[in-house]
Amino acid sequence: MTLKVNGKVFTAAEAALTVAEVLQRSSVANPEMVAVQLNGEFVAKEKLAQTPVAQDDEVDFIYFMGGGAKRDI
Amino acid sequence: MNLNDAQIERYSRHIILGNVGVEGQEKILAGKVLIIGTGGLGAPVALYLAAAGLGTIGLVDGDVVDLSNLQRQVIHFTPDVGRPKVLSAKDKIAAINPDVRVITYETRVAAANIAGIIKDYDFIVDGTDNFAAKFLINDACVLGGKPFSHGGILRFDGQTLTYVPGQACYRCVFTAPPPKGAVPTCSQAGILGAVAGMLGTIQAAEVLRFLIGKGELLVNRLLVFDALNMNFRTVKFARNPACPVCGERPSITTLVDAEPAVCDLKSRGRG
Ligand SMILES: [Zn+2]
Repeated sequence: MTLKVNGKVFTAAEAALTVAEVLQRSSVANPEMVAVQLNGEFVAKEKLAQTPVAQDDEVDFIYFMGGGAKRDI
Repeated sequence: MNLNDAQIERYSRHIILGNVGVEGQEKILAGKVLIIGTGGLGAPVALYLAAAGLGTIGLVDGDVVDLSNLQRQVIHFTPDVGRPKVLSAKDKIAAINPDVRVITYETRVAAANIAGIIKDYDFIVDGTDNFAAKFLINDACVLGGKPFSHGGILRFDGQTLTYVPGQACYRCVFTAPPPKGAVPTCSQAGILGAVAGMLGTIQAAEVLRFLIGKGELLVNRLLVFDALNMNFRTVKFARNPACPVCGERPSITTLVDAEPAVCDLKSRGRG
């Protein structure tokens, strides 16, 4: 199966995969660190492990980023 | 508003731009923008907005300048160490451009004060370094109908999106602050100073384009870059019907202070 993950080609030998597995293979250590879209729709964290992906699907994940100064304002 | 001779000369490189012109420059000179946090992001935002001739710049920060800030917070200089950041930044803005009126708020934004601070401004810039403040700014701007620019940086990475009322908000993407421990703590994470400058100048450009009303803002899309390999991409998104603040059944209707993340607690003790 071939997908697009964060705009790049992603291939897997399996015919069936979940969004959670795609994240794992994309080195996302903890799904709590990212917001995830499947084909432009957000996937709730609790549904990542039950949401299957299919050939040509597009998965985007975006990390939380704080940063800026040293302490909170 | 009529530009005087000195202003026509000072802003001539804006005025000759087809998308700015005298009309756009006058909008910039009439603009009121609040920058929350005068750190890595707020510093370049404030410098570029000052140079551009922003009418009124509000600065919110309760911190004093620390030696470790100077690696990226380019509005603060070595002799400013120990001074309140808002006063240090105000001095630099005045030196760059005496046209700019600066209003300082030597405080942290909190549920109790943020609505009152943002209400007089046309646009808000999030230059904070912690999730509690980022989510509070989002909620206050959504509930108060104010446009704002979100900015986040980590190591070599940056992300930014612009909210305008009626369109997708920060919580549409990131529903709630990450749980403790899920995101690297500030002290582990680090930041390449120039990355803060890259992201802050993008935020400044969003402010200016919002004020002059030209081009496509980063609305309903998130710009993400990785400055280690120098790749940029934008991720499109739409309003999330499940968004807790702007969705179909919002659970957030008043502002509350979130628990600070673990890195804030750690760094707070360090002064
Ligand atoms: Zn929303």
